[in-house]
Amino acid sequence: MEWSRRTFLKVAGTSALGLGFKPALDALAGNAGSKLLKGPSALAAKRWAMAIDLAKCPLSCTDCVAACHETHNVPDFGNPKDEVKWIWREPYGDVFPAQEHKFMGAGWKEKSVIVLCNHCEEPACVRVCPTQATFKRPDGIVMMDYHRCIGCRFCVAGCPYGARSMNFRDPRPFIKRVNPDFPTRTRGVVEKCNFCVERLEQGLPPACVAACQEKALTFGDLENSAAQIQELLRAHFAIRRKPELGTHPQVYYLV
Amino acid sequence: MYDAGKIIPGVVIFIGLMTFPMWLGRSAPPPELPINTPAIQQLGEKKCLEATPYMKANHMELLDSWRNEVVRDEKRIYVASDGKQYEMSLSHTCLGCHSNKDQFCDRCHNYEGVKPSCWNCHVAPKEKA
Repeated sequence: MEWSRRTFLKVAGTSALGLGFKPALDALAGNAGSKLLKGPSALAAKRWAMAIDLAKCPLSCTDCVAACHETHNVPDFGNPKDEVKWIWREPYGDVFPAQEHKFMGAGWKEKSVIVLCNHCEEPACVRVCPTQATFKRPDGIVMMDYHRCIGCRFCVAGCPYGARSMNFRDPRPFIKRVNPDFPTRTRGVVEKCNFCVERLEQGLPPACVAACQEKALTFGDLENSAAQIQELLRAHFAIRRKPELGTHPQVYYLV
Repeated sequence: MYDAGKIIPGVVIFIGLMTFPMWLGRSAPPPELPINTPAIQQLGEKKCLEATPYMKANHMELLDSWRNEVVRDEKRIYVASDGKQYEMSLSHTCLGCHSNKDQFCDRCHNYEGVKPSCWNCHVAPKEKA
């Protein structure tokens, strides 16, 4: 039989398709036999949020900051240029620049306010992240996948609250006591508050809430009408940071 | 071919020199990976999450899927093919048994010349072996 180029190509093409069929089928079948489940004691919510009672929060106290930074291996570089922070104190005028006026009582002007990631409904950091290292979970927590962070710092520029810090240096030597239950970060990675997803997973409240002896911090599900946080927001006047930007922050300050 | 008398012996000698570790059988032997840690010795059935050949060939893919599931999809429990449940955690579950990271993980990774970056961030438990 005379083989034309056309016949040869047809036969070769069909054979190649046949050879590729089995691997393709295997790949589509996926990993047989294993399943993945959620943790049994995990706390679930439709919309996690936090309320901070400014009247209850004493100016000199930094218990929540210490608890958070110890739990999450946040390094202390000892210089403000490299500073890494998840939760910290900021002067009132810097937290609420639009809520300041010159006749304000000295008590307010001198007040410093606890600030942290606002876990926005419309997070700017998530929109600008080119690798989806920062993403919003269905329960509203704005979460970081440090494995994917390439250190471009778009999120640092995008976040209007300064809630994100870049590790310009290797943080390990600057962590006083490493908590073995939580990873550290590495050089070239951005970090921020994660609303303690790892503690919620174990059925515990966030470390800052647990550490606050004044009970100034309340954490809960905004979509649950029985939650204490909903009651607080109904009963008190609450303000949020820079609401005019449309990011819908989910940390409420009771005044 | 000009100078075939020089080129052909030259090529033969070159190939011989380049491949001599293979035919001499002098390549470095694969490392022994000790699995006699205290935690493993206490196990009734000495078995990892999945069968050993699967773990040897696919542990990196397993860990890669674990990290995505835990961080991105809020899943924390791995149900193995025999129905047993495990926490998806490198430091707790894997290193809980294989507490000899230097001899178990590092030895083989060094032999294979791979440099996983797990421990740049994750904290290895103190060596117990």
